[in-house]
Amino acid sequence: MTLSPNLILEFKTLLGENNVLTEETDRLAYAYDAAVLKPVTPALVVMPTSEETLGRTIKLAYDNGLPITVRGSGTNLSGAVIPEPGDGLVILTNRLNKILEINQEDLYAVVEPGVLTANFANAVAATGLFYPPDPGSQAVSTLGGNVALNAGGLRGLKYGVTKDYLMGVEFFDYNGELVKTGSRTVKCVTGYNIGGLMISSEGTLGVFSKLIFKLVPPPKASQAMMAVYDTVQGASETVAAIIAAHILPCTLEFLDQKCIRVVEANSKIGLPTEAAAILLIEVDGSHQAGVDEDAAKVKSLCTKCGANDIRVAQNADEKNKIWEARRNALPSLARARPTTVLEDATVPRSKIPQMVSELNRIAEKYKLEMGTFGHAGDGNLHPTILCDKRDEEEYRRVEEAVDEIFDVALKLQGTLSGEHGIGIAKAKWMEKETNKATIEFSKNLRRALDPKYLFNAGKKIV
Amino acid sequence: MSNEYSPSSLTELAKMLMQLDDLLVSCMRCGFCQSVCPVYGATFREADVTRGKIALLEDLAHELTADAENVNERLNRCLLCGSCETNCPSGVNIMDIYLRARAIVAGYKGLGTIKKLVFRFILPKPGLFNFLVKISSVFQKPFLKRANQKVGTSTAAVLNPFLGRRHIPSLPGKTFASANGSVMEPGRGGPMVALFPGCVPDKVFPGLAEASLKILRHHGAGIFCPTDELVCCGIPVLASGDVAAFDELTKRNLEALKKRPFDYLVTPCATCASNIKENWHRFKDRFSAEHQSLIEKIHSQTMDLTAFLVKVLKVDFQPSQNEGKIVTYHDPCHLKKSLGVSAEPRAILKSLPGLSFKEMPMADSCCGFGGSFSLFHYDLSKQIGQSKRDNIVKVSPEVVATSCPACMMQLMDIMSQNNDQVEVKHVAELYADTLN
Ligand SMILES: Cc1cc2nc3c(=O)[nH]c(=O)nc-3n(C[C@H](O)[C@H](O)[C@H](O)COP(=O)(O)OP(=O)(O)OC[C@H]3O[C@@H](n4cnc5c(N)ncnc54)[C@H](O)[C@@H]3O)c2cc1C
Ligand code: SF4
Ligand code: SF4
Repeated sequence: MTLSPNLILEFKTLLGENNVLTEETDRLAYAYDAAVLKPVTPALVVMPTSEETLGRTIKLAYDNGLPITVRGSGTNLSGAVIPEPGDGLVILTNRLNKILEINQEDLYAVVEPGVLTANFANAVAATGLFYPPDPGSQAVSTLGGNVALNAGGLRGLKYGVTKDYLMGVEFFDYNGELVKTGSRTVKCVTGYNIGGLMISSEGTLGVFSKLIFKLVPPPKASQAMMAVYDTVQGASETVAAIIAAHILPCTLEFLDQKCIRVVEANSKIGLPTEAAAILLIEVDGSHQAGVDEDAAKVKSLCTKCGANDIRVAQNADEKNKIWEARRNALPSLARARPTTVLEDATVPRSKIPQMVSELNRIAEKYKLEMGTFGHAGDGNLHPTILCDKRDEEEYRRVEEAVDEIFDVALKLQGTLSGEHGIGIAKAKWMEKETNKATIEFSKNLRRALDPKYLFNAGKKIV
Repeated sequence: MSNEYSPSSLTELAKMLMQLDDLLVSCMRCGFCQSVCPVYGATFREADVTRGKIALLEDLAHELTADAENVNERLNRCLLCGSCETNCPSGVNIMDIYLRARAIVAGYKGLGTIKKLVFRFILPKPGLFNFLVKISSVFQKPFLKRANQKVGTSTAAVLNPFLGRRHIPSLPGKTFASANGSVMEPGRGGPMVALFPGCVPDKVFPGLAEASLKILRHHGAGIFCPTDELVCCGIPVLASGDVAAFDELTKRNLEALKKRPFDYLVTPCATCASNIKENWHRFKDRFSAEHQSLIEKIHSQTMDLTAFLVKVLKVDFQPSQNEGKIVTYHDPCHLKKSLGVSAEPRAILKSLPGLSFKEMPMADSCCGFGGSFSLFHYDLSKQIGQSKRDNIVKVSPEVVATSCPACMMQLMDIMSQNNDQVEVKHVAELYADTLN
């Protein structure tokens, strides 16, 4: 650590001795996030406990030229909070965790950025309202992290993702000045849509201090089912057919054979291990009759597209069983081998069969164990490679396979990342998906908002 | 201490920790443990949660840090409550990692003299231990001040250096062991039960040990309880990384238990139950072939008293009128998270006349005791305990019940510190009161 003792003292005076972590042991615990990447130990870690001290922290850090990485819960999968080398400063938001307002009349809520997604969703539910974005990490992820990565979840198809709920943001710019954008109203055309810019900004443009989210009334009825297929093609055609029939299930999830088998081996819930794929489908709405009608239509579409078995949940218990298969997908895969590389390449829905067969080809080519599950309704698949990062030769094959997955996704007119973000992991691919002009434009934007290039410099656009 | 756990240099320490590498590497850094860790919930510091601790152990193993002292300190900021392991999507064997790592690091650093004296000299000798408790209970009288009549706690200024500002249960005049001696009863046709009273019920809450005995007798079980030979189950020494003392205590217990055949080993202490069932088994390779086969048997025979009543004796606990004093229940981590027992104690409580059961919010969140954790990190322990207490009083109970005497000590302290008029009781005590 090369930071001057005076500067450290200034942080301590500002934030309190306990909220400035200088010991190596404490700093080592912020060298990583959930991405399988090389850790970088920060020079200093600070925990502001109020909006005011957050702003002053940023100013102090910026004036002194410290590279700044804002960290929520550190669960992102792209290295977005791995500190910058050198005098890297990590600013933790987890003490800024107050829900400031849940407005039941005007259907919005105001929160600090360190509030955990699930805590927020539960508090909203307790008032009889609904905050739909539900990333798999919701029990730990922060809303600030969700906005900065535009987190999605199982309900994306019908209810959208984080960006569809963000009504306003207050954030600190590099001078530690508070910028306010958006409002508590459904409509707002005051100024630029800076909030939109903050979505998936990955800590590169400013530091959020307050977020305003839209809330919706919850669905009153739902119906879940599982459809079993001999071919991935059949599952994918079902997805297309359901959407063509103008039904929007709240959830439409896909598990391939490998996933089905590991889940069944682990939790013995009676999954069809010979099937090529299963779809887990839930329709919801405000009336049971309408939901039943949609469910019947979905069921007949499944059959038409080749489902050889359809299990409709008859009660809450059976519904829970159906979702257990999805919930257990990642845990079961993760248990199989020491290292789990969770990818996120996304393709247009109609390209899912091609994508899945390409994924299988890639797994075979590089002799890797891979299971694929994901949000079929969004074309957002999570090919998951099981390996041991200590085996250098094997891990090299993993890296090559990941590169090829991106290549294939782009060829199928897809995108590098549906929801996990670019971070360090995928930065080198950005130009390939877009073009030089896009990168230059983005860099110019960054330079204007961060002249010293101190906000998470090595992430996203490099 | 056996040298398999006593590295003599940092490089050797690193090498030994590398033996844990296969366990450590399965952590995928998802961070999900943050949502359940009581210590992290109080401090928000990553080094206090498993993801951070595993990263630190890896750094020490790969010689990326030389600060064994501080890594050890962070490692010990943990209640060994097992919440993280139960919730880990990657199935990391976290308790295995912690217990082995503590042994290795303690082997490197050495134990403090006081710990050494207690672990190696006092705990293995039931007679001496009892004698010391007796002396303390005599001497405590002039030094104790009644803190809370209802809860039954005192403060002991003279003990502050050891106990912090903890409100402690008033020590009884006689331990369970000295009152009953060794017990051997054939029973009335019920299964033969080895009753393991546990140190805390024996010495601090003998009424609880008596209640367990009364219950087993009432249901006609055979009872084998060699109090003059049984010693501490070993969890405090294991948690401190003293594997040599753990070996010694376990051997003594096994020698005492092998003297009679029994069908079940039953204890009213959730912590003893999980330690005997899980940790004796976890470290079974350290013992002789004879002891190993006994450990195997005990592994499948060990039960917490409440589960034993419901599952083995099949006592028919019919729901009562649910009228009377409000009682709520705290799930001990070592019962719910380690052994998966949570329905049985509730079934018992709901059946008791004169009590009305009310579930508190977050009944299974840790009370913050964690054995010696509460001594070395009393303020943190108290902070975690305070959230437990705040949840307890939400249902305005007159009694808070639990199934672990260690939790009882913590609950008594926090209720007493808050001046709450709430009795702390073990489920077995409440049940025994209804039997004639
Ligand atoms: C097992 C697992 C499952 C997952 N499932 C999903 C899923 O279903 N859907 C999904 O979208 N993601 C998922 N993720 C990824 C991750 O959890 C999400 O991206 C989440 O939004 C990250 O939140 P966080 O609080 O951990 O943010 P962090 O990882 O701490 O940070 C993420 C980004 O947000 C920035 N940031 C944080 N706070 C602020 C702030 N106040 N101001 C400005 N920038 C800020 C950081 O700089 C960083 O760039 C999963 C991850 C894991 C490990
Ligand atoms: S939950 Fe398990 S895998 Fe995830 S970070 Fe914690 S220990 Fe590691
Ligand atoms: S055992 Fe309990 S206290 Fe220790 S790290 Fe796990 S959850 Fe936290």
